[in-house]
Amino acid sequence: MAFEVVKPGLLTTIQDLGRPGYFHLGIPEGGAMDRAAMRIANMLVGNPEDAAGLEAVFMGPELTFKDDALVAIGGADMPVFVDGEEHACWSSFTVKAGQTLKFGYLKTGARIYIAIAGGIDTPPALGSRSTYPIGALGGFEGRALAAGDVVPVGQPSGAAKERTLDKSLLAELPKPVELRVLPGLYWHRLTEGSQEQFFADEWKVAPEADRMGYRFRGGKPMEFVERDQPFGAGSDPSNIVDGCYSYGSIQIPGGTEPIVLHRDAVSGGGYFTIGAIISADMDLIGQLQPNTPVKFKKVDMETALAARVERTERLDKIRSALT
Amino acid sequence: MKTRYSFGGDEHIFVEMDEEMSLDAFFKSLAMSNAARDAKIDGVREICPANASFQVRYDPETISPDDMMAKLKEFEDKAVNAEKRLNTRIIEVPVYYQDPWTHDCVMRFRERHQDPSGTDLDYAARINGYDSVEAFIEAHHSSPWFVSMVGFVSGLPFLYQLVEREKQIEVPKYLKPRTDTPKQTVGYGGCFSCIYSVRGAGGYQMFGITPMTIFDADQEVSYLKDFMVFFRPGDIVKFNPIGREEYDRILKEVENGTYKPRIAEVTFDLEEFNSDIEGTNHKLMEALNGI
Repeated sequence: MAFEVVKPGLLTTIQDLGRPGYFHLGIPEGGAMDRAAMRIANMLVGNPEDAAGLEAVFMGPELTFKDDALVAIGGADMPVFVDGEEHACWSSFTVKAGQTLKFGYLKTGARIYIAIAGGIDTPPALGSRSTYPIGALGGFEGRALAAGDVVPVGQPSGAAKERTLDKSLLAELPKPVELRVLPGLYWHRLTEGSQEQFFADEWKVAPEADRMGYRFRGGKPMEFVERDQPFGAGSDPSNIVDGCYSYGSIQIPGGTEPIVLHRDAVSGGGYFTIGAIISADMDLIGQLQPNTPVKFKKVDMETALAARVERTERLDKIRSALT
Repeated sequence: MKTRYSFGGDEHIFVEMDEEMSLDAFFKSLAMSNAARDAKIDGVREICPANASFQVRYDPETISPDDMMAKLKEFEDKAVNAEKRLNTRIIEVPVYYQDPWTHDCVMRFRERHQDPSGTDLDYAARINGYDSVEAFIEAHHSSPWFVSMVGFVSGLPFLYQLVEREKQIEVPKYLKPRTDTPKQTVGYGGCFSCIYSVRGAGGYQMFGITPMTIFDADQEVSYLKDFMVFFRPGDIVKFNPIGREEYDRILKEVENGTYKPRIAEVTFDLEEFNSDIEGTNHKLMEALNGI
């Protein structure tokens, strides 16, 4: 089984749930930016949740199928067409051999996930098929898809059928978008005034927002607690002796534009970080378009853990509805 | 040295041995992160050692954040008494300083630099008190370096200069990180040299380039058959200045699979180094040169 890429869209990559275990060498976990969407799309076609599918940002690809396939789209809201016939997102449907899957314009969100029964069957690298283009690892020859690529698909495991997710089971995108932050790491480097300002300001997603990190603009520059810079850090007050970065951690080079490190993050570096987005809100970031207004909200560990439980329970409900 | 513990969100704990960099902080971090790894704590997903700090990623459903924090604190006393001796290797890394490719990149990102009128090397030489770029380059390659962290991107080594504190080179990072850096650029930020393993973003000053591949996802390079990443923390590096001709020759040898990096097995003892830096470096160089 296989499909051919007619048009790759803006940036379409093969992703699964990632390759943990190599961050200490600078190789990120990677995987789908919106993991819940990838999991649900896989559930809809009867795949294991960690099967590899496609992630496309802002613009859908155009794919011609060589064999009949059961396909599902999750994530952002984008019209889906099979040879001109429209299908709903968050549902699985059959694409016959020779038919072409296409997409309309993005309505809300930023990334769609395309799952195909059987899963994409490119060779895994370090245990995952996720594309990490910087390291030329995984995916299709270590890169994003290009026109003319013929992508192999595995054998579907069972008799998966067409079905639709009850959308009331999905989390709603809060408006305005709120990203919950657990302060820590180098939080103490900011003055009290700056600490408060960071949460009071409205930020906007900057154009430089990708799988490595999301940059934000529009808030006031940070003020640092004065100190003599420690040996080895570098002279800017935002410099530290290069250390590890946490997924979701917020670095602010020069104290001006916060960058939230995401799935393909660099594993460490010499800019200070002020804390991290709670793990339950990481999927949400992958669905933010440039210019989206965002507020950061200060939370404590208890709230972060409760949000994880809530996320797990929601996914459990979806799982029992679909399997 | 004052150890600081902090949560990095709900899945990470960050442990900083010291705000400033030193080999003592590195060895303590290495000992603590090794102890944490050896303890095989349920729920630990990954341990990332860094220059003077380390990070643990864990699953908070398996072990609560407070329990994880308490466990890590238990390792601190052990780390203080751990042996500060490593059986490691010294590797010669050829560097083409002032090469045309990093120079081109230096000029392209001038507006992100502290001194847009010169080059990164002019700037680094001046602020470190060297009369000429040549004298500065010599200071960069004349003594060995210690790999104190691997990371940032795929297999990038951070290197700490094995000289007295007052002789160590220090430069700031770029004011705004670049969006591009040539593959295998030898960079500098804070007190660290680095070798960019792949092409991509970077904030370090750029001094030169090495023809030696240090990361190969396809593992086609002869000396990366066992694993795609060349460096590990604790490795010692000696830069060897080369010109264009030798650069081209080595690059070809790496491509056709005949290049063999010059490597020797050595022992590095921190106390021995602290009490006699020159003597220790002399021994390291003897080992490398097979004298």
